[in-house]
Amino acid sequence: MSAEKILKLEELRAYYRVLKGDVKALDGVSLHVKRGEILGVAGESGCGKSTLANTLILRKRPLQHISGKALFLGKDLMTMPEEEFRKMRFRQISIIPQYALDALSPTKKIRTFITDMAHEHEIETNAAFFGKVAERFAMVNLDQNVLNKYPIELSGGMKQRVVMIISTLMNPDLVIADEITSALDVSSQRFAATMLMELRDQGIIGSAIFITHDISILYQVADRLLIMYAGHVVETGPVEELIQNPRHPYTQALIRSLPKVGAQINEERLEGIKGTPPELLDIGSGCRFRFRCPYQTEKCLQTPETTHINENHSLACWHFEEIGSERVG
Amino acid sequence: MAAGSFWKKHENLYFAVTNRKVLFGVLMFTAILLLSVIGPFLTPYEYDEFAGPGYQPPSKDHWFGTTLQGRDVYTGVVYGLRSTLLVGFLAGTIASAIGLVVGFISGYNGGRAADEGLMMLTNVFMVIPSLALLILLSAYLPYRGIVTQSLIVSATAWPWTARAVRSQTMSLRNQEFVNLSRISGLSVFRILKEDIAANMFSYVFMVYILQFNGTILASVGLEFLGLGPTRGISLGLILQNAVNWNALHLGMWWWIIIPGLLLTLLIVSLYFINTGLDEVFNPRLREM
Amino acid sequence: MGRYLSKKIAIYLITFLFAVTLNWVVPRLVPGDPITSLLARFSGLEGGREILQSYFVQTFGLDKPLWSQYLGFWRSLFMGDLGISITRFPSPVIDIIKTAIIYDFIILLPSIVLSWIIGNKMGALSGVSKRADNFLMPVFYFLTSSPYFWFALVVSYFLGIVLGIFPISHAYSAAMTPGWNWAFIVDFIMHWFMPFITMFLVQLGGWAIGMRNMIIYETNTNYSRYMESLGASKRLIRNYGYRNGILPQVTGLAISLGTIISGGVLTQVVFAYPGLGYTMVQAIKQSDYFLIQGCFLFLILMVLAANFIVDIVYMIIDPRVRHSYSEEA
Repeated sequence: MSAEKILKLEELRAYYRVLKGDVKALDGVSLHVKRGEILGVAGESGCGKSTLANTLILRKRPLQHISGKALFLGKDLMTMPEEEFRKMRFRQISIIPQYALDALSPTKKIRTFITDMAHEHEIETNAAFFGKVAERFAMVNLDQNVLNKYPIELSGGMKQRVVMIISTLMNPDLVIADEITSALDVSSQRFAATMLMELRDQGIIGSAIFITHDISILYQVADRLLIMYAGHVVETGPVEELIQNPRHPYTQALIRSLPKVGAQINEERLEGIKGTPPELLDIGSGCRFRFRCPYQTEKCLQTPETTHINENHSLACWHFEEIGSERVG
Repeated sequence: MAAGSFWKKHENLYFAVTNRKVLFGVLMFTAILLLSVIGPFLTPYEYDEFAGPGYQPPSKDHWFGTTLQGRDVYTGVVYGLRSTLLVGFLAGTIASAIGLVVGFISGYNGGRAADEGLMMLTNVFMVIPSLALLILLSAYLPYRGIVTQSLIVSATAWPWTARAVRSQTMSLRNQEFVNLSRISGLSVFRILKEDIAANMFSYVFMVYILQFNGTILASVGLEFLGLGPTRGISLGLILQNAVNWNALHLGMWWWIIIPGLLLTLLIVSLYFINTGLDEVFNPRLREM
Repeated sequence: MGRYLSKKIAIYLITFLFAVTLNWVVPRLVPGDPITSLLARFSGLEGGREILQSYFVQTFGLDKPLWSQYLGFWRSLFMGDLGISITRFPSPVIDIIKTAIIYDFIILLPSIVLSWIIGNKMGALSGVSKRADNFLMPVFYFLTSSPYFWFALVVSYFLGIVLGIFPISHAYSAAMTPGWNWAFIVDFIMHWFMPFITMFLVQLGGWAIGMRNMIIYETNTNYSRYMESLGASKRLIRNYGYRNGILPQVTGLAISLGTIISGGVLTQVVFAYPGLGYTMVQAIKQSDYFLIQGCFLFLILMVLAANFIVDIVYMIIDPRVRHSYSEEA
């Protein structure tokens, strides 16, 4: 399976430069996304996953690119001239934002917004265009008359679906779905996640980066999984393999803490991970999980290098061999 | 380094003192304030005595020139500045106090009867053109002192504070930390003090500045119409005299332009402080 | 929507009630019994005895109990009877007001509308261009901080005295007789210009500053961010921001009407321009109480009417008011 890599991040560093110092939110992140795959990015709050989304789509002060590359379809997004980047947005790379409920201007009808955005990219908004829009709306159970409404007239769920459709309207090669399920109820979560898969399966979108803190969703939807912790990538691999056989201590702890179906509290207790993620302000080198890791030693004061277990599965831990695998049911 | 870490801890304070607008405003305001405090000591004249030949443009004997009757304009201005600042301060404080209480009760009871009633009252006062009301009240009162004037002016100025405080209280009230306090059983008063008041301080301070501006303008307007304090001197009175004695036609620009210019600069300085503080407390507006 | 309107109407009715009551109550509270002494002054004038009779007994019923007097006051109000002016005896107050109010309209209406429109445009320009902002903001601040009457004096001095272009008082030259001839119209406009330009410039500063701040705020919202993430141009984002920023400016207009009309009063005094403000102030000097009350009442009515119009305009331009049941605070 050697599909083309449409996105390749090489030691990407992006910090929030504030008065107090540098918050090292993305500190040497390397990853890739193949054409047609859904990469799940998971981790605790503050691990850098949303920073990843912002760095790739829209960097605003105080977030700044420090070093490293982000090659998308062969071009480096970090050094691209702004106008060229602007043209790629919406058409080739797009985002379904975390703030979908807030993403639509209250004084414009949906139709007006879509028309304006299309015109910004010199796309003609004729009958064929709106025919396509209506089709997409139907896919998410939205009636065509939604076009003539103002955001205030739509429910939260409807707005979420509208934003999902708008973001994927031009069949982008890569969609970044930033916590699109976090604010929803369980059945809506399933709908959103499966819709993302559906869009990929139908070829409407090329690939997707699905960012969430909820691993159980990724199990159902993602092809590969990437676990982040405090600005570093700790483990990457096919989703099945990572969940059944996690090798990094953090991933193991994460998987262990998932509630098992059918288990009751008097039979089996819910396990959390002791401690909290470190403060990223001017943080030094070394493994960032060492403060909470049961296996940490002095070696962990050096930042771990990434090692490959097999072709598709890699992680960053000095001691993974000794720790061994933890088979999870 | 100790100094460096101090600023890092009190980030807001750092931004406040380095903000250009705040600095500019504070400087200008302080200068004018100093003028009103020290100014009278620098002049050998009284504001209502015959100080020299009338109709004199600014000179080294009379820095702001003289009026038609030979009174020193500079002396009048610095004394008048005191009066104006005092009324602005008094009226602004009273208005802010009323506004705070009304706004807070209203905001805390958001949506309920107390809120609806107080808001109705606030809206009514807000709609009425303040000057018209002030003229009406002042016209019927034979004697007016500084305190009376302040009371009258504050009677129409408080709605702004009330509204602002109300919306801030309402948004704070719904925030999680207040609900947490409620659940944890802390008394209402403690919730007020620790959660709400702390967050409101910056906001209320800014509103107070705007209030101060408003009351100064309102009272100077009254003075200009001859409805200010019946004794003493004020900036508005100086300008009224200037107009009554045809200073315009006689080309006595120093009598008209200088007193008003000082007043305008006073207001400008306060607006600058206000806008600057707005940038400090709302990072989105900051020019980083 | 219905609730929004009915709430507003309730406020205006109550305000009107309050104003009329205030009008009636204040002279009665003040020591010296101004009403009776006023009526006594009438007795010395030709035809004064009859007036004394009619007002003393019928309209004011000063020999009757208070509540009866109060009702009588309302009755005569609805019959359009506001009393007779003592300074312009025997003109009824209502006639004086009818002429004066025209002068208020021709200064207030154009200055409010034009300063609001142009002020908003200039504020938007200031909000997006740093260079324009640095130059314009001090000017705006200066304008909005200037007391109306002082600014009027400055304008009067420079344009009227120094440059000698415009006449500095009254609505038209004493030598002219009003009529639809060219000479009169030109004279009228010459007298109109300086009061107008004073009102226009002072208000302009306020609107500009307001819109400038709104533009900065709106271009930093989530919907603006979404648009930028989808590759919208800065120009489109600004337009959307402007459309949203206009809303609080309309509300601001409603709130400022009281202040603006107060400013109008002062400006009229400086230019001896015979609107309600000038008339009212002159009436005070002569203790012409009926005229004072009448002017006050009509000033209130003007403000209420203007407020109502602005409220309706707001309802039209904010879709949230039309489609939800909550009031925009």
